[in-house]
Amino acid sequence: MPLVGTPVPRLEAPDKVTGAACYVDDFALPGMIYGVTVRSPGPRGRIRRIRLGDGIPWEEITVVTARDIPGDNVVALINDDQPCLAAEVYNHAEEAVVLLAHRDRALLERARRQVHLDVEPLPPVLTIDDALAAREVIWGTDNIIKSYLVEQGDVEAALREADLVVQGEYETGAQEHLYIEPNGMVAVATPEDGVTVWGSLQCPYYVQKALMRLFRLPPERTRVVQLETGGGFGGKEDYPSMIAAHAALLSWKAGGVPVKIVYDRTEDMLATTKRHPSRTRHRTGLRRDGTLVALDIDFVIDGGAYSTLSQVVLSRGTIHAAGPYRCDNVRIRGRAVATNTPPRGAFRGFGAPQSLFALERHLDVVARAAGLPPEELRRRNFIRRGERLAVGQQVRDGVDLPALLERALQVSGWTERKNRFRQENQRGTIRRGLGLSCFLHGTGFTGSGESHLASTVALEGTAEGRVRVLTSSTEIGQGTNTIFSQIAADALGVGGEIIEVPRPDTAAVPDSGPTVASRTCTIVGKLIETAALSLRQQLLEEGLLPLPYTTGDFQAACAAYVRQRGALRATARYQPPPGIHWDEVRFRGDAYGAYSWAVYVAQVRVDLCTYQAQVEEFWTVQEVGRVVNPTLAAGQIEGGVAQAIGWALYEHVAWQEGRMANCRMTDYIIPTTMDIPPIHVWFEEAPYPYGAFGAKGLGELPMDGPAPAILNAIHDALGVSICRVPATPEVIYDALSREEALV
Amino acid sequence: MSDGSGQQIDLHFVVNGQAVTVRCHPMARLLDVLREELHLTGTKEGCGEGECGACAVVMDGELVNSCLVPAAQAAGVQLRTVEGLAAGGRLAPLQEAFLHCNGAQCGICTPGMLMAAFCLLQHNPHPSEEAVRVALAGNLCRCTGYAKIVAAVARAAQEGGDAL
Ligand code: FES
Ligand code: FES
Repeated sequence: MPLVGTPVPRLEAPDKVTGAACYVDDFALPGMIYGVTVRSPGPRGRIRRIRLGDGIPWEEITVVTARDIPGDNVVALINDDQPCLAAEVYNHAEEAVVLLAHRDRALLERARRQVHLDVEPLPPVLTIDDALAAREVIWGTDNIIKSYLVEQGDVEAALREADLVVQGEYETGAQEHLYIEPNGMVAVATPEDGVTVWGSLQCPYYVQKALMRLFRLPPERTRVVQLETGGGFGGKEDYPSMIAAHAALLSWKAGGVPVKIVYDRTEDMLATTKRHPSRTRHRTGLRRDGTLVALDIDFVIDGGAYSTLSQVVLSRGTIHAAGPYRCDNVRIRGRAVATNTPPRGAFRGFGAPQSLFALERHLDVVARAAGLPPEELRRRNFIRRGERLAVGQQVRDGVDLPALLERALQVSGWTERKNRFRQENQRGTIRRGLGLSCFLHGTGFTGSGESHLASTVALEGTAEGRVRVLTSSTEIGQGTNTIFSQIAADALGVGGEIIEVPRPDTAAVPDSGPTVASRTCTIVGKLIETAALSLRQQLLEEGLLPLPYTTGDFQAACAAYVRQRGALRATARYQPPPGIHWDEVRFRGDAYGAYSWAVYVAQVRVDLCTYQAQVEEFWTVQEVGRVVNPTLAAGQIEGGVAQAIGWALYEHVAWQEGRMANCRMTDYIIPTTMDIPPIHVWFEEAPYPYGAFGAKGLGELPMDGPAPAILNAIHDALGVSICRVPATPEVIYDALSREEALV
Repeated sequence: MSDGSGQQIDLHFVVNGQAVTVRCHPMARLLDVLREELHLTGTKEGCGEGECGACAVVMDGELVNSCLVPAAQAAGVQLRTVEGLAAGGRLAPLQEAFLHCNGAQCGICTPGMLMAAFCLLQHNPHPSEEAVRVALAGNLCRCTGYAKIVAAVARAAQEGGDAL
């Protein structure tokens, strides 16, 4: 019986429900000591001197500064501009400067407070506007980390000729990932044996690359092992390289003693990455009938002090900024700027939630100005198969956006509810509204990213007649283990019970790329499918496998092969789908192999006494290609919607001098059981021939649509347009007061 | 966490049906006593300040956040942790329900969720959905959006009856 398409239970769940699963905080090695980090005091300055204070037995404590780094002082990623430890200058608050290690954590904490940094503060750049003004230059020559331009047609001419032009400005705040497991690493490092780290992470080979550069070691002496990982969402994409480096530097200096660094919640919130804050300006031209004739979009994200992944976040955000619509004249200017704040990094959606928030919020404003219902404006402008997106990509997916919209309107009872709320909103202090959003999300890396990665997977048949799926793709809660075993079993034509998915360890698995960009199931899964077919072929060619065969026959064939011929192994390496072309220089072409598409509807209530908005019900209709595991897939949608509800309404990062002021769970509010409404999940499946069994990307999609749908619903409920997230009670109160002042 | 200074006490309590004695500082966090002295690492730390519920355990029938409980307060109590849910190598119905419903994604909130749900079902074997949501409101999950956790608890209540 095929497993793809069925709700196979999560493979590692038994360990997770008994407490047996081993996370980094649970992992210990004999003689292990602990490491802590001393951090910069302000957003920008020069380090004059590091003083070790009184009353601490310093001779017992391992102390590491930038001078102790054997190789290059960088966290190697894209631009290599981020130091592993600040040496002469610091460029953001909470930047790592000194590392300490000792076995006694109480002593270590006292010691940390006795490391005094004599610094000379420099004027910081703290906002997007300051960065663009460039009175202080903190990055490159103009504070601009990267810019992109997408252009088609003649936007200025089209705006001049339009019947209606509508402008708007939209802002989104930083967001903390708030995985419930804070970051952590354990390292053992010596010049003789090299470096090994174990920890909570998404991308083993990113960590390896950073460690190799830092210690000048070859890959075979730089080993990275993932432990059970308590959530990632992008937050464990690049920062684990930093913590791994710190733990390894301490171990190296301490003579190879194992060193563990686990951040407490506050340190994790203060120092690690966040979602990029953004500001988007729209100028939109329409014809009288609602046809979009010009989209002029200026999209800016705040990358923080170092470039990390900002240019890639920017490229995805820029490409998604024009949404799932057809328009002949489009100009999208995307810029990532530097500020003296902790570097922003990957976060589920990767730039697309920001630019799609602006677009989908703006289109509701445009619809009102045009005198059209919001759904009608979108219906008239949806892109269709065969037409071209703003980057010039022809849509090949078998998507039917009008049908997705129809379904969403129907399952949410859109018209009936709208009428009812219009009546009910006349009285009392509760206002209800409905809002929707229509959007797309590109599967896998942007542009030529997948070709550059050239991911590889391997399948191995064992002497016991089992098959091991070897990849560096990590299980971080999304279901990697389970879907990989489903895909491998079906491609091999065997039962899932003989498939094993070992935990990624760079000493044992090939580089299947990072666990990001909604690529694991579709792209890495496809490689597993291909490798499985070739493994099966080997057995057939050797005449070891009868046709048809049972799982038992297959196991016997594997065992026989290994006995007679030695290792049984098949690999597959990424090949771009035929006909895909991306021009990195002109930033045009096929940005992604495929897109997932969706229409989301939110019902929101706003209490006019407390100004609190709450989502009461949520409907999601999405086309994601083949659904490999419906239960896990629904879990991704529900979890993503919940995270996006947090971003839309509750999760406010309060910055003070470039430092997160509300750096505790008490003050940074994520949704609880009481804040998350019923979330309805519908899948449409149009199989994508180059994804595993037809799958497309899924994990990030649900982060894109909820925020604009929710704020559109608030607009519907109150008649007031709110253009920023999070729409906290303060923001709603302000918007209402401004509206009243105008009346 | 011991800092090697200050007075230590001998603490006696029962955890998962077993009497134990631990030598520790009276103000040590119960969470650390469980994880470090007794090696019961199923109980997790998500915040250390009583906000996330990852460290939840059942103490004398009540749900507590073990990161906020000083060890001395555990003298003579009956404790149940996630390791004490399965019996005789068999998962409890609540654990089975989490498996079946995909109630655990990354799994880091799961031990605390299970203990909160266990405690609820002890007091109220057939809770409404609202009652489940209220009982789990002190346990944060960043992965699931809670839907499948709430469904798992409802399923356990339906199937497990009193044998939880
Ligand atoms: S660790 Fe105890 S409540 Fe979060
Ligand atoms: S399953 Fe990951 S936090 Fe709940």
